[in-house]
Amino acid sequence: MPFSFHDFVEVLTLQSYNTRLVVAATWCLGIGSGLVGSLLLLRKRSLMGDVLSHATLPGIAIAFAIVASLGGAGKSLPALLVGATLSGLAGVAVMLAIRRTTRLRDDVAMGFVLSVFFGTGVAILRMVQNLPGASGLTDYIYGRTASIVLSDLLLIALVTTAVIVTVVLLLKEFTLLCFDEAFAASEGWPVLLLDTLVLALVTAVTVIGIQAVGLILVIAFLIIPAASARFWTENMKLMLVISAAIGGISGHFGALLSDLFADLPSGPVIVLTASSIFLISMFFGGKRGVLPRYMDHLKLKRRVGRQHLLRSVYEILEASDQPVSNRPVTLQSLLQHRSWTMGQLKRKLSLARREDHLEPTSDPSAVLLSESGFGEAARITRNHRLWELYLIHHAEIAPSHVDRDADMVEHILGPEMVRELEAELAPDLQIPASPHLI
Amino acid sequence: MNWNFTDTWIVVTGVLCAVACALPGCFLVLRKMSMMGDAISHAVLPGLAIAFLFTGSRASLPMFVGAAVTGVLTALFTQWVNRFANVDRGAAMGVVFTTLFAIGLVLIVRAADHVDLDPGCVLYGAIETSAPIVPSEVPRAAIINGIVLLLNLGVITLLYKELRLSSFDPSLSDTLGFSSSLLHYLLMTIVAVTTVAAFESVGSIIVIAMLIVPAATAQLLTHRLLPMLVIASAVGAASAVLGHIGALTLPSLVGFTDTTTSGMMAFAAGVLFTLAWLFAPHNGIVTRLLRKPEPRPTDLPTS
Repeated sequence: MPFSFHDFVEVLTLQSYNTRLVVAATWCLGIGSGLVGSLLLLRKRSLMGDVLSHATLPGIAIAFAIVASLGGAGKSLPALLVGATLSGLAGVAVMLAIRRTTRLRDDVAMGFVLSVFFGTGVAILRMVQNLPGASGLTDYIYGRTASIVLSDLLLIALVTTAVIVTVVLLLKEFTLLCFDEAFAASEGWPVLLLDTLVLALVTAVTVIGIQAVGLILVIAFLIIPAASARFWTENMKLMLVISAAIGGISGHFGALLSDLFADLPSGPVIVLTASSIFLISMFFGGKRGVLPRYMDHLKLKRRVGRQHLLRSVYEILEASDQPVSNRPVTLQSLLQHRSWTMGQLKRKLSLARREDHLEPTSDPSAVLLSESGFGEAARITRNHRLWELYLIHHAEIAPSHVDRDADMVEHILGPEMVRELEAELAPDLQIPASPHLI
Repeated sequence: MNWNFTDTWIVVTGVLCAVACALPGCFLVLRKMSMMGDAISHAVLPGLAIAFLFTGSRASLPMFVGAAVTGVLTALFTQWVNRFANVDRGAAMGVVFTTLFAIGLVLIVRAADHVDLDPGCVLYGAIETSAPIVPSEVPRAAIINGIVLLLNLGVITLLYKELRLSSFDPSLSDTLGFSSSLLHYLLMTIVAVTTVAAFESVGSIIVIAMLIVPAATAQLLTHRLLPMLVIASAVGAASAVLGHIGALTLPSLVGFTDTTTSGMMAFAAGVLFTLAWLFAPHNGIVTRLLRKPEPRPTDLPTS
């Protein structure tokens, strides 16, 4: 791939008119589809773009046939767009009808519309292929990003503006529709109308997008930016903004990349740019990313391990001596108390030592709690017992099952919950006896 | 209508393919994974391209293996993104298949200097070209789809109980020792192999339509699995026959010369679905309108 520094600068600074057009168009499309894609994602209908883009085919073919047989130029853009839109909306109508009148689920309704409409479209397309001017009609399906013209850009900008205005005006309604459809319906909101409006916006974006950048890119643009944005925020407004930004940015860089390397097709490159952003978000994104969640999990596991160790020591002390006093406990008795291996126990001990819960002892086969460790052990044991009592008295769980369930939940008990339990179950601040054999 | 041996073979191939698709399709529908066939059929593209780049030929076997492997990988990646990254399954599927398709397109463009591997022809393969020149010859497409049909039939017969259990109650299935995720990947492998076989010989539209539409039609007509499998197969076969007859007769009615059988098969399947939707014995829209209103509880005699 030979290119000079000069080319590089020229592309990066958007010197060429064509690059500027493509970048502007993909920005607009990225923003529009990022917005409606978020609504689809939250409605668990991400594949709607896929369905709609296939459902436009019969409309395109029929519109072409009608215009061509009336003697017009069959591939007139407005006619094809009208056909595509009508056919996409028909697909939406069939989908909503299946969902409302049968017990078939969303995914079946989508699969049905996608395959039947697309198959019918292919059949009609083949019928009309001999009409004058039909050659290249199927190119429509794959788009022609590199050859976007000014009128395409204006059309895309118009649709994007419409999407932005609608989403901003109806933000409250859409939020409720996405998060609690049943509540919205019970409050008397026109849920079906809102639903149809969202799908109409998706149809508009899809139809405009397909003819400018191709089918696969539109599908990707409706799904990937929204799915990436979901990692970074829990806030709907923020998610819309981030999703739109990711759409715009991937359009920008993808278009530049494919411009730099002349033999890379722009549609797929833009998709791959968006996918890279998705991968980054998936691993590192906010609280929901894979790595942050893994770190949280590790932290919780450590805390649970430490609590188990301290409680075990306390329970051993408690068994040998009343009232409980702090004395060295042998490693052997700890191993017998819980089913840890020596390695696991050593790791837990070194962790506890680092947190100053253990006193250094001269005897390597025994451990001694520090003063703070002893207090913490008493506190943990008390919380555990309180929680067990709660489960037995209030959740009607058999005592033999309590220990395991208590172990799982007690580590995430909040302080208020503990106070409530105390007030109810152990008002004298004593550590209650274990409700089962230790 | 002018029917000859070519038409017979087209219909035979179509029927074999439709039934081979309808069987695993039922399980896809039951598992709420109807869009998986579409995702897999798009995502096999890089498999085809890589197999081609490696072997340098368009020989069937490497292409078949490459495509089937990417098909299964699609399911695997989707599961990962869904499970580990906590992304909604539809979105996970969409991210994975668009990415794979884009990689496939880039690879094909890179390889295109050497060969014509046209994504369009991969997606639209035509059933008509699979028919033989002489009457006595059995077309390859019929053999391939027949083998796949036998394979699917065999797996479903052998693992009927397990597949049924894991489709309706995955956790019970796991408890009883039939790993539901293993069965999931087995099903995905079947779908991938079926898709690729149909793909090569008859075009991907048939697969996407025949996986879902007959199964959905059957689900409108019955609540039980065995009748569902039988009805779906019958609807698939009927769509193939009606589709080809439609392809021969319909275009001349509206003033055109010909059309594709695969497209018309999808259309015929859609018509059959609509009939079931309207006239299903219990829940059809028209049936429900015509049925006499059931006696209300207050009309019942009280003791």
